[in-house]
Amino acid sequence: MRVAVPIFPGSNCDHDALHACGTVLGWDTIPVWHQETRLPENTELVFVPGGFSYGDYLRCGAIAALAPIMADVKRHADSGGLVLGVCNGFQILCEAHLLPGALLRNESLRFIHADVHLRVERADLPFTRAMKAGEVFQVPIAHAEGNFTLDPADLVDLEARGGVAFRYCSRAGEIGAAHVPNGAMNGIAGIVNLRGNVLGMMPHPERAVDPKLGPTGGLGVFRSLAEAFAHA
Amino acid sequence: MKVRVSVQLKPGILDPQGKAVEGGLHGFGFEVEHVRIGRLIDMDVPGTDPEEVKAKALAMCEKLLVNPVMEKASIEVL
Repeated sequence: MRVAVPIFPGSNCDHDALHACGTVLGWDTIPVWHQETRLPENTELVFVPGGFSYGDYLRCGAIAALAPIMADVKRHADSGGLVLGVCNGFQILCEAHLLPGALLRNESLRFIHADVHLRVERADLPFTRAMKAGEVFQVPIAHAEGNFTLDPADLVDLEARGGVAFRYCSRAGEIGAAHVPNGAMNGIAGIVNLRGNVLGMMPHPERAVDPKLGPTGGLGVFRSLAEAFAHA
Repeated sequence: MKVRVSVQLKPGILDPQGKAVEGGLHGFGFEVEHVRIGRLIDMDVPGTDPEEVKAKALAMCEKLLVNPVMEKASIEVL
């Protein structure tokens, strides 16, 4: 299993991604500088990490979406390769038009770091196949711009095609505005593209995989990926 | 030619920054509502034909300067 982690100036969750995939999961995980034009040979998963790429200039993720390596990430995605974008990585994938929508400033205006609960909406994806639909898991969030927004008509389309992978919920799995930390439309925490091979999410599963560091609610995503690779 | 692109959040898109500034203005006793904050981008674009220059600026908006999910822009050749 080979994972590429593109690193931009201002990425700061790259080491979390490298630790989770490389040290904890034991996958062949390779950091890739943003100026590179090719992903490593036989890359199976591209993990676009969180942070503040290019200082969030213009819009979060807008400049990173233009980085040389992103052309090859798009090629990888277009050929069916898996792409996971977390936090700023999600913002970058939206700006690169690999995913629909945009992440606006949190409704509260504040940077929020907290443990949140997510409900699995799609359990048939390479990112969720080891989980069950309706399952609730706990992962941390840490962002100021996580307020997922889409044109109303596109939001209806996204929901209708099952584009929502994860939704914020209560510990018991209840959905509702009270459980949405950032104002995201329909409580959306993570979405997938039409083909189901590109997933973006604001919460950080890679920060919840190592029992030495705390809870391991994020493991479901990585166990799913392991299964997907075993069956590829 | 000098070109000014004004980028605004679309109507209906929450502008927390505008809300915060509105609250600040209320704190000073100003009666004000619907404060919205945008971004001005000034640049020099080669060319002498204002229409052509405007078309170039529009292409820049589509490629990079504006995210149509949340923003709209107006272009002024100065």
